[in-house]
Amino acid sequence: MAVARRSATGAFRQRALLFFPMLFPLILFAINGSAISRLTEIKGFPTSNYRAFLLAMPFIQGAMFVSINAGTSLARDVETGFLNRLALTPLRSEAMLVGQLGGALVLGCVQALVYLLVGLATGVGFASGVGGVAMLLVLSLSVSFAFACLGGLLALRLGSGEAVQGVFPLLFVTLFLSSATIPRNLIKAEWFRDVATYNPVSYLVEGMRSLVIEGWNAQALELAFGFSFALALITLALARPAMRSRLARA
Amino acid sequence: MRRFLYVARGVAWRSIHNTVVNPAIIVPSIIFPLFFLVAFAGGLSRISNVPNFHYRPGYTSFQFTFVFLQSAAFGGVFTGFAVARDFQSGFARRLLLAAPQRTGIIAGYVVGALVRWLIVGTVVTIAGLIAGMRVEGSAIELAGLFGLGLGMNFTAGLWSIGIAMFLRTEQAGPLIQMPVFVALFLAPVYVPLSLLTGWVHAVSTVNPVTPVMEAGRGLLAGSPVKVALSFVLLAAAALVLAGFARRGLGAAERAG
Repeated sequence: MAVARRSATGAFRQRALLFFPMLFPLILFAINGSAISRLTEIKGFPTSNYRAFLLAMPFIQGAMFVSINAGTSLARDVETGFLNRLALTPLRSEAMLVGQLGGALVLGCVQALVYLLVGLATGVGFASGVGGVAMLLVLSLSVSFAFACLGGLLALRLGSGEAVQGVFPLLFVTLFLSSATIPRNLIKAEWFRDVATYNPVSYLVEGMRSLVIEGWNAQALELAFGFSFALALITLALARPAMRSRLARA
Repeated sequence: MRRFLYVARGVAWRSIHNTVVNPAIIVPSIIFPLFFLVAFAGGLSRISNVPNFHYRPGYTSFQFTFVFLQSAAFGGVFTGFAVARDFQSGFARRLLLAAPQRTGIIAGYVVGALVRWLIVGTVVTIAGLIAGMRVEGSAIELAGLFGLGLGMNFTAGLWSIGIAMFLRTEQAGPLIQMPVFVALFLAPVYVPLSLLTGWVHAVSTVNPVTPVMEAGRGLLAGSPVKVALSFVLLAAAALVLAGFARRGLGAAERAG
């Protein structure tokens, strides 16, 4: 808890890190929500409100920024030797790692609330009702945690904040190569549709989106939670030995 | 003049050398436009099916113009990052002390931005052709499109160099790139201006990037529109931003 509190305080002290990652997805949401809204005129588009369709995108984008923030701050602790000093305490390495990601999780929570309020303010309604709003926040936290774990793994493997930031474009690519802006069945280019189908980010987006435009779609939610848990578990499992070797190297 | 050229050549050489030998610098410049090309031309090509979308060379060509101009603008933006890094590391201060004609520093960085974009622009064009872009413009019209790219690169470079010199920290990154990013995305990126609706249409109509984008698409399609207006706008922006960059240099000189 103490490590998590330190991480959360650090995240909120750096306002630039808080503000920019939150603003950027909102700008894209505002622009794309209007500029590509003509897509709803295509036969078979699942909703007539493109903003409702697009709302899941800032949540995922925000989670990706969370991963970079989490990774950068953990990498800074590696670089400054703080992690090594922590290793002298009786803390277990798993607790250290999860605690380090606490700040990112708090950030993810604040971001999710902001995106939700912006969505509601721009006229997006929830087909799944109030319960769906709560479920969206839970799913958003789950996705943020999964991406924070990925950021942590990158930090421990790469050991440098600059290197972690360098990975961001690749994360961003996975979002744009998903069904974030258009349903998979309406993607014209076959190769793009295949990439989007094999891209787990599509299922994270579709799970969130289902709550907004469809109602309660158990399969979409299972896939979204399943992929977020899988990402968290795999990255934590890989981070454990990386953490041990990082501490042993010191 | 000789001293100006001497400084400009030295700074440009260093900037180009850093770009060429350091993959961490050139790779993001290439990845961003390529990924926009793939994501927009591939994923959003269905937009060309919306009623009243008429662009003869096809959606890949429609998106290529955006990506081409975006790569040009971001060639300038990434150079601003390099200037900020030079100030943060202390190198730029030593440069200010050593340079006999300091405006040559700005010129050197601008040339560096241009060469960076020439590399990226070539890669993006090859990628566009591989992706099936159709070119219907003549050689002169394509030269015009290249000229628009040069203008975008030049103006964005002056903007980002100015901001970097005013703030002299890598934390200026968001301030350098955000206005350029927003200006580009508030132009008709996905559909022609006539198909935009709501506030984006209103903003896009008065956005100076819009005629540049339309001119670029017209030149690629072999039916030029708003070309003279675009060059006038780019020249005016370059003039204003050259003054801005010069003032940024002045602020850096005063800061010591």
